[in-house]
Amino acid sequence: MEQVAGFLRWFHIMSGVMWIGLLYYFNFVQVQAIAAANKDQAGSAAPITKYVAPRALFWFRWAALATWLFGVGLLGPNVLSAFTFQNGFAAIGVGAWLGTIMFLNVWGIIWQHQKKVLNLGPYAANPASDEVKANSRVIAAFASRVNVLLSIPMFFFMIAGSSAHMGLFF
Amino acid sequence: MKKNYLDSLELTIGLGVALTLILYFAVKALS
Repeated sequence: MEQVAGFLRWFHIMSGVMWIGLLYYFNFVQVQAIAAANKDQAGSAAPITKYVAPRALFWFRWAALATWLFGVGLLGPNVLSAFTFQNGFAAIGVGAWLGTIMFLNVWGIIWQHQKKVLNLGPYAANPASDEVKANSRVIAAFASRVNVLLSIPMFFFMIAGSSAHMGLFF
Repeated sequence: MKKNYLDSLELTIGLGVALTLILYFAVKALS
C-alpha cells in the first residue's frame, strides 16, 4: 500500500510540475512575449497564439486534471479528513482545497475563455466576436494570475502538510 | 472593456506570499 502511495506521489508531482510549469510559462513568459511581439509589429504574435498556445493549453489542462486525480488518490481514505480539516489533516487540507480551486479555475474559467480567444473547440468553426474575445482575454488573464497567486500558498501547504514534513511547520 | 486587476506579477506574488502567511498563522492557531 505504501508503494502505491509512493507511485501516486511520483505521478502527482510529475503532472503537477507540468501543470504549474505551464501556468508559470503563460504568466511569466508568453503574455509578455505576445505584448512585445505586437508592439514590434501588429499581428507578429500570431505564430504564438496559433501554434504554441493551443498546445501549451492542451498539456496545461490535462496535467491539471491528472495532478488533481493523483492527489485525491494519494489522500486515499483520508480524502474526507483532509477536505474537512480534521485533526492532523488541516495543513494538507488547505493545500488540497487550494489545488482544487485552481483545478476548477483551469477547466471552468481559464479554458472556457481561452477557447473563445484562440478559436478552439466549438469556436474554431464559429469564432467569437472581437468584443467577446477582448473580454474573455482579460477574464482568462485575471483567472490565470489568480492561479499564480494561489500556487504560492498551495505549494507551501502541500510541502508542510506532506507526511515527509510532519511536525516541521505545524 | 474589463480590467485585469492582477496585471502586475509583483502584486500577484506579493499577495500570494501574504495569503500564505495569513493561512499559515490561521492553521497554526486553529490546530
